[in-house]
Amino acid sequence: MEKAVSTNQLTRKFGSFIATDAITFDVNQGEIFGFLGANGAGKTTAMRMLCGLLKPSSGEATVAGFDVYRQSEKIKQNIGYMSQRFSLYEDLTVRENIRFYGGIYGLRRADIPTKTDQILQKLGIESVADSLVASLPLGWKQKLAFSVALIHEPKIVFLDEPTGGVDPITRRQFWDLIYEAAHNGTTVFVTTHYMDEAEYCNRVSIMVDGKMKALDTPAGLKTAYGVDSMDAVFQILARGTSTK
Amino acid sequence: MNRFIAFVKKEFFHILRDRRTLLILFGLPLVQVLLFGFALTNEIKNAGIAVLDNDKSPHTQQITNKLLASGYFQLRENLRSNSDIERAFRKGTIKLAVVFPAGFTENYEHGRSAQIQLLADATEQNTAISLTNYATAIIRDYTAERNPDARPPLTIDVRSRMVFNPELKGAFVFVPGVMAMVLLLVSALMTSVTIARERETGTLEVLMVSPLSQGQILLGKVVPYLLLSFLNGCIIIALGVFVLKVPLNGSLLLLLAETLLFIFLALSIGIFISSIVDTQLVAMFASLMAMLLPTIFLSGFIFPIESMPKPLQIVSNLIPAKYFINIVKGIMIKGAGLRYLWQPTLVLIGMSILFMGLSLRNLKTRLS
Repeated sequence: MEKAVSTNQLTRKFGSFIATDAITFDVNQGEIFGFLGANGAGKTTAMRMLCGLLKPSSGEATVAGFDVYRQSEKIKQNIGYMSQRFSLYEDLTVRENIRFYGGIYGLRRADIPTKTDQILQKLGIESVADSLVASLPLGWKQKLAFSVALIHEPKIVFLDEPTGGVDPITRRQFWDLIYEAAHNGTTVFVTTHYMDEAEYCNRVSIMVDGKMKALDTPAGLKTAYGVDSMDAVFQILARGTSTK
Repeated sequence: MNRFIAFVKKEFFHILRDRRTLLILFGLPLVQVLLFGFALTNEIKNAGIAVLDNDKSPHTQQITNKLLASGYFQLRENLRSNSDIERAFRKGTIKLAVVFPAGFTENYEHGRSAQIQLLADATEQNTAISLTNYATAIIRDYTAERNPDARPPLTIDVRSRMVFNPELKGAFVFVPGVMAMVLLLVSALMTSVTIARERETGTLEVLMVSPLSQGQILLGKVVPYLLLSFLNGCIIIALGVFVLKVPLNGSLLLLLAETLLFIFLALSIGIFISSIVDTQLVAMFASLMAMLLPTIFLSGFIFPIESMPKPLQIVSNLIPAKYFINIVKGIMIKGAGLRYLWQPTLVLIGMSILFMGLSLRNLKTRLS
């Protein structure tokens, strides 16, 4: 089966600083792939290269079968993206936000109202459809941002620390949405620094100082390092190289 | 195309939802035009004067009447003695004192040199000069009317005629300047913050990941402001023509087309600023500092370019408003057509292309 994401020695330098150092990995279709690392470990840089926001310095990568150097326009059609800041327009209503993103992803005009109703219904937020996004609680914004990132039914969705700043219960609910998307065949590529979330992923990779230090299922990693939590795995890996 | 329309629609929501933006967009031009048109004018109307008439003859009476009838002067006080003059100036109610010496009529009627003393308050030197000039002209006119044949021997009689603006109306000079300033300010200020705002809220990233091209994003930012600023331009022209009575001697169509071009340029500059700064605050300061001050001082709007030192004259060639002011003056006041205005028009087109190109390049490189 074709891989959803495939990289080979992917590297990005900023001057003499190597943000992402020759990482090589594959993401299978329909998989929930966790991308872990402390702040500054290079996970955002790697993700930005895969989304076409940043050109790699060297190495190869394909996303949804398209080359990141030459086919970034094709990639954009096939991926969804949700940033840490939820990226909704606060001065637009819920409905207007959905319509806008549907519009720029090229949904047919006739399909947008149906799609809007589906989203509102699924999230149970019909009552606030015409309220400004600014007035919504954080958890709702987050779910809405996720649904909007999936509006054009992309093959892969990239989530950049999607659960920052929300409480554990809301985070759990958010993961239910992620499972549902994966169940429907969407590949989910998610960065996080919450180790409990790492347990929810099919496979996780751990980045330390630009290098990929580990890549396996959460269970496999725990066995390999002889510990009982992802947090412990992370501590071992991170402490091994940094002085913190 | 549908993508583009969705984007433009979203931009309109941003503008229409934000009261402050709307206020700046439409309130500012109105206030500026009326302010500059009425208050900040260099013409003189109804300046207070005082008359000390030591002669009290029909001649002095008629000259006084002629001065007052001109509309430039208004009689505030009839003085009785020389010592009153200083007191009247101190009070600040008068700008000019006219003193007829005793024996004025006698001198005048006998063809001897008859003198009138004009005292002006030179704390405002420009006003003082204008007032004495006006008064001198009116008095000379009085003599000329009386003795059409009298020709002073061997004096050169200079007569100047003010072409295009015979009444030396300030509004003629200010309206094109205000138009340039307001359009530049509103267009550049507004657009300079929009991209910075998307960058601050993180939505720019999402836009860049979407299938929208950078060109579509830039153009989508420009279109709504282009429409609104054009409406603004029309309001300013209408205010100028109907309220401030600036003539429109040339083609309205050409004027509107040039206005549109200038707005597009202003928007490109705004977008350019937006593409190089990180926050809305910096964007705002940059556009105020980089646009407003040079426009006011170097475009010829307030200070004539011809009287600037040479280096500044050269710098003034970089100010877009300079070209637009020339174009507007040319069309409205001189009635000039494109045949005479193609040069500044070309400069405006060139600048627009330059700034649009630069912003597109910046937007691309800043992300990688």
